[in-house]
Amino acid sequence: MEDGAPLLAVEGLRKWFPLGGGLSARWSETVKAVDGVSFTIGAGEVLGLVGESGSGKTTLGRTVIRLAEPTGGAIRFAGRDITHLSRRALRPIRRRMQLIFQDPFASLNPRMTIGRILATPLMIHRRELGRRAREEKVAEALELVGLSARFAGRYPHEFSGGQRQRVGIARALILGPEFLVADEPVSALDVSVQAQVVNLLLELRARLDLAMLFIAHDLAVVAHISDRIAVMYLGRLVELGPTAALLAAPRHPYTEALLAAAPVPDPARGRARVLLAGDIPSPVNPPSGCAFRTRCRYALAACAETVPTLHAVGPEHASSCIRDDLALAAPG
Amino acid sequence: MSGAGEPVLEVSELAVRFASTGGEVAAVNGVSFAIGRGETLALVGESGSGKSVTSLAVMRLLPGAPACRVSGAVRLAEPDGKSRELLGLPAEAMCRVRGDRVSMIFQEPMTSLNPVVAVGEQIAEAIRFHRGAGRREALAAAEALMERVGIPEPRKRLASYPHHLSGGQRQRVMIAMALACDPEVLIADEPTTALDVTVQAQILDLLKRLQERTGMAILFITHNLGVVAEVADRVLVMYAGRVVEEAPVGPIFRRPPMPYTAGLIASVPRLPTKRAIPISVEKEGKRRLVAIRGNVPDPLHLPPGCSFAPRCERAEPGLCDRDVPSVEEAAPGHRVRCVRWRELAGSAA
Repeated sequence: MEDGAPLLAVEGLRKWFPLGGGLSARWSETVKAVDGVSFTIGAGEVLGLVGESGSGKTTLGRTVIRLAEPTGGAIRFAGRDITHLSRRALRPIRRRMQLIFQDPFASLNPRMTIGRILATPLMIHRRELGRRAREEKVAEALELVGLSARFAGRYPHEFSGGQRQRVGIARALILGPEFLVADEPVSALDVSVQAQVVNLLLELRARLDLAMLFIAHDLAVVAHISDRIAVMYLGRLVELGPTAALLAAPRHPYTEALLAAAPVPDPARGRARVLLAGDIPSPVNPPSGCAFRTRCRYALAACAETVPTLHAVGPEHASSCIRDDLALAAPG
Repeated sequence: MSGAGEPVLEVSELAVRFASTGGEVAAVNGVSFAIGRGETLALVGESGSGKSVTSLAVMRLLPGAPACRVSGAVRLAEPDGKSRELLGLPAEAMCRVRGDRVSMIFQEPMTSLNPVVAVGEQIAEAIRFHRGAGRREALAAAEALMERVGIPEPRKRLASYPHHLSGGQRQRVMIAMALACDPEVLIADEPTTALDVTVQAQILDLLKRLQERTGMAILFITHNLGVVAEVADRVLVMYAGRVVEEAPVGPIFRRPPMPYTAGLIASVPRLPTKRAIPISVEKEGKRRLVAIRGNVPDPLHLPPGCSFAPRCERAEPGLCDRDVPSVEEAAPGHRVRCVRWRELAGSAA
């Protein structure tokens, strides 16, 4: 997958938010949005990240590229520890790691032309470029994502959701990054357009040898694009494994439940089985031991005792479930 | 028209036109359908296809003329076998129908609940208004409803405000409100789109169980074909304000003659099934999705002929871009709006 060190190595990453309720008693409380997460992503590799809302996926994605300050742990990017780099020292690294946002409506400034939106990263990171060179780069980026270079003079409101998401992707790619965090990049799109954007990402990935952390709640989309999948629950990874292995034989009950809940476009299959009752618990007061145990149908008394950690269950495949005796169901 | 029972709600030639600076926009253009007792009809289409406007028109929740003009007929079956036309009903009489006999749940439970009123009161409001119940009695009914939709500790939750609840719980509150008066028809407009798959599965399961119990008809509006496959008895596909295909759920997924429907179904990413996993996921898992090219047309400048023709792989110049195709019956209960359906049905994979 890579020679030597991975492109991105995250170790024991934590991101806690203090709960500033204003009442002194509450100051001591924290939301452990990301609590001891470790993984690596090789050059050109796509790691999918799934979990329900509130599981900490977005915070993890933002912390990894230092858009949020880590509370603890370490992030190594291209062999360099970037956990505590200053803003200034971080700048040359920023252009190598970029972000695609979920909402193509909120993430483009409505008062800027597409050309200006795309030129802004160049003005910050590539100050040596003259106006002509910038315009050429903008045109190139637009064409790279399947839009016409003529669109540079238009405003975001003139575009559909799918086209705007292409603009968002062009903006992320214009500096030639090696690593992208794609945070639910297709969730806000209609299926037909979603397919176009997924195909575009697949193409770009192959063409530019991009590594990606692909965050989504739709397992089917994630499965389509990822080499490996990480499953997150209440701030921790509960399973991490190669896409095929994880789908064929999930090793964590949470993964099994997510797979069972995904709707399948085949009426002959009948209704999805509801394996998960209730909602994800509050991250302020997570359950003791395994955080998933309160919703887990396989939970034992022992599950409440210690916080389980990821352990190997197969080649490159790890799960945090202490019950290695389970035979969990795959979809289909 | 096939259905689980006699139609409860019948919509015929519904048209909605909005005034805009660029001219009149036909958001809904001659839509007809019927839903039977205990039946779930899924209304499918991309954003801008007119599915939500259709539901708002049925509920009479659109602004009045001159901003918006609605024509056609919406008939609600009466117990005596006759039917009542809703579009012509005086506003006050419509208020009596809305939330009582026909009710609706929306996509975003946060924006459709009142943030400054306790959820118990919000559920009780419908019961007080339609049934003339007193406050205490209505709250007791609200508690029972909350229990029925699976809200834990309903008595305690009566006094909760929407921001205290999770997205899934809020949607349950919305459902409790909609069901307060045992409606004959429930219109669910993307009720699970804002929710996690796990919670979505719970809500779909809940709706199905409630339907089995009350026999209500459900008009389920969604763009998620996975959800359609799980809940629908029949499917109505809309594109650019028109119905382009209508059929029972089985045939729609098995062999849709209309290229738009086929494209929508093909573009859904699927989890590889157990059978396919060992051999092909490594390659198949990363294969391209089948996408429909282009975008939904601008309703102000609809293309001539079939609105889908410019995006259609099977369109024939000179044929598909000439006249708006009429609706034809491909099989009993299966209507198609495509001039080429006969040839395509023969060649479809």
